[in-house]
Amino acid sequence: MAEKKKPVGKAAPAAKPAPARKPAPAGTPAGRQSKAVAPRPKGGEVATPAPEGYRSLIEPRTGLAELFAPVGGFGVTLSNMFRKTVTEQYPSEKVPAKPRYHGRHQLNRYADGLEKCIGCELCAWACPADAIYVEGGDNTPDQQFSPGERYGRVYQINYLRCIFCGLCIEACPTRALTMTNEYELAGPTRAGMIWEKDDLLAPMREGMLTSPHPMVEGTTDTDYYRGEVTHATDAQRAWVAEHRPDDPTLPGGAGLDVANELAPTAAAMAATVAAATKQGTR
Amino acid sequence: MTITSPQQTATPLVPAAPVERAVAPADTVTFTIDGLETSVPKGTLVIRAAEEIGIQIPRFCDHPLLAPAGACRQCLVEVWTPGRDGNLAKMPKPQASCTLEATPGMEVRTQHTSAEADKAQQGVMELLLVNHPLDCPVCDKGGECPLQNQAMSNGRATSRFVDIKRTFPKPISISTQILLDRERCVLCQRCTRFSEEVAGDVWIDLQKRGAHQQIGTFDADVLGFAGDVPTGAATQDTTGRPFASYFSGNTVQICPVGALTSAAYRFRSRPFDLVSTPGIAEHDSQGSAIRVDHRRGVVLRRLAGDDPTVNHEWVTDKDRFAFAWQSAPDRITTPLVRARNADGTPGELEPTSWVEALDVAAAGLLAAQAPVDPREEAVGVAVLAGGRLTLEDAYAYSKLARVALDTNDVDGRARPHSAEEEAFLGHHVAGRTLEVTFADLDRAPAVLLVGLEAEEEAGIAFLRLRSAVVKKRTRVVSVAALASRGLQRLAGTLLAAAPGTEAEVLDGIVASAEGALGDTAAALREQGALVLVGERLAASPGAYSAALRLTARTGARLAWVPRRVGERAAVEVGLLPSLLPGGRPVADSAARVDIAAVWGVEHLPETPGRSTGEILADAAAGRLGGLVVGGLELADLPDPALARAALDRVPFVVSLEVRRSEVTDRADVVLPVAPPVEKGGTFVTWEGRPRPFPQALVSHELADHRVLDRLADALGVELGLGSLAAVHAELDQLGGWDGARVEAPTVPAPEPPAVEAGHAVLATWHQLLDAGRLQTGEPFLAGTAKRAVARLSAGTAEQLGLADGDRVAVSTDAGTITLPAAVTDMPDLVVWLPTNSVGSAVRDTLHADAGDLVRIAAAPHELAAAGVGDGEDAPGRDEEVGA
Repeated sequence: MAEKKKPVGKAAPAAKPAPARKPAPAGTPAGRQSKAVAPRPKGGEVATPAPEGYRSLIEPRTGLAELFAPVGGFGVTLSNMFRKTVTEQYPSEKVPAKPRYHGRHQLNRYADGLEKCIGCELCAWACPADAIYVEGGDNTPDQQFSPGERYGRVYQINYLRCIFCGLCIEACPTRALTMTNEYELAGPTRAGMIWEKDDLLAPMREGMLTSPHPMVEGTTDTDYYRGEVTHATDAQRAWVAEHRPDDPTLPGGAGLDVANELAPTAAAMAATVAAATKQGTR
Repeated sequence: MTITSPQQTATPLVPAAPVERAVAPADTVTFTIDGLETSVPKGTLVIRAAEEIGIQIPRFCDHPLLAPAGACRQCLVEVWTPGRDGNLAKMPKPQASCTLEATPGMEVRTQHTSAEADKAQQGVMELLLVNHPLDCPVCDKGGECPLQNQAMSNGRATSRFVDIKRTFPKPISISTQILLDRERCVLCQRCTRFSEEVAGDVWIDLQKRGAHQQIGTFDADVLGFAGDVPTGAATQDTTGRPFASYFSGNTVQICPVGALTSAAYRFRSRPFDLVSTPGIAEHDSQGSAIRVDHRRGVVLRRLAGDDPTVNHEWVTDKDRFAFAWQSAPDRITTPLVRARNADGTPGELEPTSWVEALDVAAAGLLAAQAPVDPREEAVGVAVLAGGRLTLEDAYAYSKLARVALDTNDVDGRARPHSAEEEAFLGHHVAGRTLEVTFADLDRAPAVLLVGLEAEEEAGIAFLRLRSAVVKKRTRVVSVAALASRGLQRLAGTLLAAAPGTEAEVLDGIVASAEGALGDTAAALREQGALVLVGERLAASPGAYSAALRLTARTGARLAWVPRRVGERAAVEVGLLPSLLPGGRPVADSAARVDIAAVWGVEHLPETPGRSTGEILADAAAGRLGGLVVGGLELADLPDPALARAALDRVPFVVSLEVRRSEVTDRADVVLPVAPPVEKGGTFVTWEGRPRPFPQALVSHELADHRVLDRLADALGVELGLGSLAAVHAELDQLGGWDGARVEAPTVPAPEPPAVEAGHAVLATWHQLLDAGRLQTGEPFLAGTAKRAVARLSAGTAEQLGLADGDRVAVSTDAGTITLPAAVTDMPDLVVWLPTNSVGSAVRDTLHADAGDLVRIAAAPHELAAAGVGDGEDAPGRDEEVGA
């Protein structure tokens, strides 16, 4: 160190080899190293290899090849000028992802609209990034969200943490959680990246009734799991009509478009993404 | 060793319990497990010996605190024993290691070394899982389930079962709190054995046979089960009835599958969510070890801790389930100062900063100490601290009163109390820690309970006593108004005493007496006999004196078992008007000098102060300038009406509280303090055993001692109690007292009062689960509370023309309590009411306490319908449940 601090000048050339040796293994005492320079052992690990000039491993070319070698690289450029372009004009053109692409999650529903999630927290348990937070809840006759005893009362996925590994999907015992191909997840705030259950729930389809409502009469959660429930029944519709007369999924209701309006976080993110798309589009 | 510092001080104020040395067993047995030779005491079970040397054998039914059952067969091992010829011979079939005692020379091969044992265990597991619903994702036990774990470690990887599983409706509620899912049950019988062997509340048992065998509630008609009826509804199975037990939560914890779950924790979280912190239960003076499980700053459940010296692995349901009060919506989060209206009358409480609140509090207290007008009658400040404080907090109140407020008007007794009791505490209790312990209950040949209903008021002591009774080591005798179910389960003898006559009965326990009294006298002469007295004796004149006379006469040891967690700590640190820390009498100048030296003050107030009752009476009469109140419920006081009047009259009240209460409603300055889960501290059990506990939740709330330190600072006095370490250092420095004690009380037994026609003597004590404020926010727990009834003898009932279940009105000039009558074997002209249950707030409604005369009559029907008695609509609810 003292050597280094000397003013640069005639001392500098003499000091030059020193920094080169410095990064040697930390434990090596400096004294021994300087001694070792003189009787350099052959091929030892400790010793610095003898400085040699650069020697290319590529076979030197001869004849015409040697002549064109300096401009040979242009061949690659030229050949690519006649190939199909791979650049995607995102976001002007959005190319669909491959079917198994790991995109944003979705909480699925059974065919009658009951949620598949039972709030078991196995997804949260499996998550290596601690991105999922779940709290279970107790289904009651008045508030039946999923078949069986238990439903997911709180369900949050933090997309700042999610690494899209898909272990949560593997862990899910009811196939409630799957991944969509949706990959446009961006937003200006941290809070806006935490999706709640309402944001994650799959859209309602024809024949579904929004939860909560009772299970199809005479069925168990096992029947649901086996896929034996194929649509909402009249009894369920009657129950919903009695308890929520304005429900959009009822026959004569406002319809699926109203029912499938995005929840706040998803809507805000959709707006952000739409704005960014517009800005980025040529 | 002291609470905090490892170094030895001469006589620490509250010394930690010495570590009990393991006793070397007389006979040992040497045998091998998996080729490892081990020596264990004779009679040790193989499964336990394997544990000792670190060999894990899977099991469900085995529990170290329950008798062996061999019910689940999961612990099968291969066993070779030496035959008569001395050669090892293999037992023809695998043996259950949880019921097999080790014998000399035995060779045990577990699943680790024996393919046969491994296969046997896998077979048992397969059979156990045949009817198991495998609904782990929805099961509360998932993640901490022995069945789940052992199915992974000792079961087959795939199932061969293709048939339809047996199903039951799920779940059924055994009580409002305990839910039973029979599909998940593996019939290990831990719960039934617990209820039979430990709690003595036989509320569930096996029903039916073969594949239909199941756990269920008892058939009352067949088995003559006479339990108490809970307030809440519960599902009844085909034969059973709901039950009320104070220990039912333990079955949830020991259930090795998810068959028994609690309604409060249903679907709340998973074990990987939870952060566990050890703690000490704050509901009684037993100091049960608990585990506080919390997630993101919210306590989700509490489990029993494992502490062989105190509570084994059991806690009462109150300790387990009643924790919601600590995060109730009425929590006070900022200091509050009462605003003044334009005309100078008190206005509303308004949130303010700590600095301002402390300044206002200090100014108010200083003005109360030294009023501007010398003729002002309302002068002086008193301190009232409830019985729920930690050792450190109680010490801070004691020191604040003496150092900063220059008074001995400080009392930690928020319950009926007397001068006799104060003398008894100073004479016999203060400074005598760990003279009688839980272990002594196990060993005592005879235990006399006086004024103590063990099951209701000291749950763990009850369990310890019961285990000693079941092992036929201990005889229990109780001096009480009636033989409760708790006493019956202790196989106890009742020495019936109408309230107020306890002293007479105690004086009657002499060797020359006939019958039960003479037997008791003889039993108490045996080595190790104990007399346990409860705090309720304070309301019975002469009883403490008589108890001291009795123990002097018989040689039995005497222990005071209060109900609340802070009572013993309060006595130790001098939260009494005539007592300084460590049992030093205020009247003793040497004691005052001793304390003054440690506190660094020139002198301490010399005259003994006023008790809670005197303080409140003087305050109501306008002779008190200010009050500092901490952790006190006015409804707990002997006369809540007087207390309310007193607080209304006192010019300046400072309240330290966790939640809004009747005191904060009347306070001028409210300083928020931390509940136990948000602070560290030390509770002291009735034995005098310090039970330190850490802070569980991250919190900015201050413990009482830190608030008082700041308050004293604002008053211009340095208390030096700003941190736990500072308090502990000072407690260690204080040490015990070997000087003269307070004189023993010598109050003679009074004449029993004459009872006029239509009157009766009131007997009352608290039920464990009642309308207490620390149980709010727990509807499931409240449903398991015993239904409030008025107990009276057959003779009294006949006089009044009442039958069992009819409504009886108990009244004084202050009010009336109307409850269903329960005809009980007890003295005539005595009526028993629960002190603070739903529909029976005795002190609040009647302004009366045990020993007082009350009017008693059959309730007119219109009164019952109108729900006279308490503000609650209790009568209607009673009928609904009783129907």
